[in-house]
Amino acid sequence: MKKNDSDWLYTISPKKNLVSLNFGEIWRYRDLLLLFVKRDIITLYKQTILGPLWYFIQPLFTSVIFTLVFNNIANIDTGNGIPPFLFNLIGITTWNYFSTCLTGTSDTFKANQNIFSKVYFPRVITPISGVLSNVIKFGIQMLVFVLFYIYFWLKLDDSQMKAIPNEYLILFPFIILLMALLGLGLGMIISSMTTKYRDLSFLVGFGVQLLMYGSAVMYPIALIQEKVTNGTIPEIAGYFVTYNPMSTIIELMRFITLSSGSFSLFNLVYTSVICVLIFLIGLIIFNRTEKSFIDTV
Amino acid sequence: MSDIILKAENISKQYRLGLVGTGTISHDLNRWWYKIRGKQDPYLKVGEANDRSTKGNSDYVWALKDINFEVKRGEVLGIIGKNGAGKSTLLKILSKVTTPTVGEIKTKGRIASLLEVGTGFHGEMTGRENIFLNGAILGMTKKEISGKIDEIIEFSGCQRYIDTPVKRYSSGMTVRLAFAVAAFLEPEILVIDEVLAVGDAEFQKKAIGKMHDISQGEGRTVLFVSHNMSSIKSLCTRAILIKNGKIKSSGNVDDIINLYLKQMKVEKEDFDKLERQGNGVIKVDSVSVSSNNDDYHGTVGLPFALKFKLKNNVDAKVSDTRLDIRIDDASGQKYAWLSTILQNNKQAAEDRVKEISFNLEKLNLQKGIYYITIYLEYKGEVSDWIQNAFDFEVLDGKYYDSDAKIPNNQGKVLLDYTVKYD
Repeated sequence: MKKNDSDWLYTISPKKNLVSLNFGEIWRYRDLLLLFVKRDIITLYKQTILGPLWYFIQPLFTSVIFTLVFNNIANIDTGNGIPPFLFNLIGITTWNYFSTCLTGTSDTFKANQNIFSKVYFPRVITPISGVLSNVIKFGIQMLVFVLFYIYFWLKLDDSQMKAIPNEYLILFPFIILLMALLGLGLGMIISSMTTKYRDLSFLVGFGVQLLMYGSAVMYPIALIQEKVTNGTIPEIAGYFVTYNPMSTIIELMRFITLSSGSFSLFNLVYTSVICVLIFLIGLIIFNRTEKSFIDTV
Repeated sequence: MSDIILKAENISKQYRLGLVGTGTISHDLNRWWYKIRGKQDPYLKVGEANDRSTKGNSDYVWALKDINFEVKRGEVLGIIGKNGAGKSTLLKILSKVTTPTVGEIKTKGRIASLLEVGTGFHGEMTGRENIFLNGAILGMTKKEISGKIDEIIEFSGCQRYIDTPVKRYSSGMTVRLAFAVAAFLEPEILVIDEVLAVGDAEFQKKAIGKMHDISQGEGRTVLFVSHNMSSIKSLCTRAILIKNGKIKSSGNVDDIINLYLKQMKVEKEDFDKLERQGNGVIKVDSVSVSSNNDDYHGTVGLPFALKFKLKNNVDAKVSDTRLDIRIDDASGQKYAWLSTILQNNKQAAEDRVKEISFNLEKLNLQKGIYYITIYLEYKGEVSDWIQNAFDFEVLDGKYYDSDAKIPNNQGKVLLDYTVKYD
């Protein structure tokens, strides 16, 4: 048989291409992706009494506390006819999705060291499956939001309740996709960087918490901009909140569900570009790391 | 069919020893500085050969160095070598878990590996769910698994528990299930590491049978790593011997095994790596297993000796020490118990102990692998106790006058007896 280089199916070598992503391979492992999601769901509520109820409890209590602290004590105005509780609930639910995606992904290499060191499959399957299973958790939490929304809608009359979803609600899945991309992208960058030097993983824990305060979760973006113009807040903080893709996403989420704040096409495009960019960077770094991380983790 | 399905060219793998700490970053920065100037990684030059027992000067070591080999389609290649010779690293590279530092492997078929069975099993999920998950991790599609699920369940012999969470399984059952999944993989090239050392005897037999089917009946290419010479002998068509990260020799299975066994002659000095209990006043330093044909292993019917060199920190006397050893087989069955207390010592009780050996005139264990547990006592206190300290292989030989053999699996111990007709 004539030896020809093109005969080889594939080559294992130390060479690292900038973009060595093999989408065909990921597609071939799609069953694994679904099985991972299924595993997460099946094993989630095993041996708990309250089961999925735990997912209701966390955002609910946080919203109650936020409403007490930020709205009742600190007097943050959530806008005319928009109940602060709903304002906080949607913000926290949205933020939770992003933060679980981010922290989950950023732990990929360390948490799956055991399985990664034994079998090869496209590593990127693991964080993607995490992000997908988080969608289910997010869905459950959105159900709570819908229930409370109906409650407020029935209880308050028209002049008190101006928080009505608008036609942009159609963007809802797109917003989730953006968050997933952003969480994945950032998470993959962090995960790749922590395989050798663990320092960054210490940052993730409290960094995510701090980031929440900079992501307009418990206040509208407009409030920050107003405070910047009258000088109570340094300009840099204003820039940070305004150009932080997560605050735009949360603001957008509040806009489509509660008609709070305003919609700008520029913000949407800007955020989408940032999210996709971060995702791509994350993917490239992740793919470079996955080849040899097992030696350094 | 003699076309080459897999070709390894100059495979080398370098590891840095010691801990990853703040010192590592200076090396990383240095490496990066060389890289942006377009020069070769400076640390690639400094690596030393992979020899576990000698203390090296360099922080870098070549776990594998310049490995070249070719595998033909349908061939079953055995890879043998001592612990730490680099076999597992090679398999890890082959199964794409890690990349080589230098060199490349070209292949014409998909490689699936069985480095350790049961990877990704989740205790909370049932056996059936785990079959799907594990199968998918190993690279099967859902459709392929669905098509084989009945066969897999049957092969595992866990029908009754298949819808019970795996965390309720015994470890043996988990392994059976895991091996069953792996056995039904259908890649062109299968990489197997020591999986046969699992399960009970019955299942091992089944597993070896399946390996035979895979490699011979179905014409699959298999790369097989094991310490079990008899399974290498029965499965492989060719073998390579790896020593200190380099290919020492390759070729005919019997020749390679003999070479390996010679190299193993006096093994086992690394007891410190094992879990040992006791106050350590006197310790077992090294062991040599010998029969008079000068191989490390024993041969049925030939003289046999287990010699224990002791590290005697307190100049212990013969009368104060006691050494017990137990011989188990691979499935943990206890076969024999030998001890210094069972024999009246003719030696002076005041002598200092340096070495204790147990000698058998005619080794009367059947061929197979045996495991030794060592128990050393000083003045009535446990001094050194090592469970499954090492293993040795007993090769087939002539014990009785007749040339007839004891049928397989019909008894493990050979007794001295006479037959009388009346």
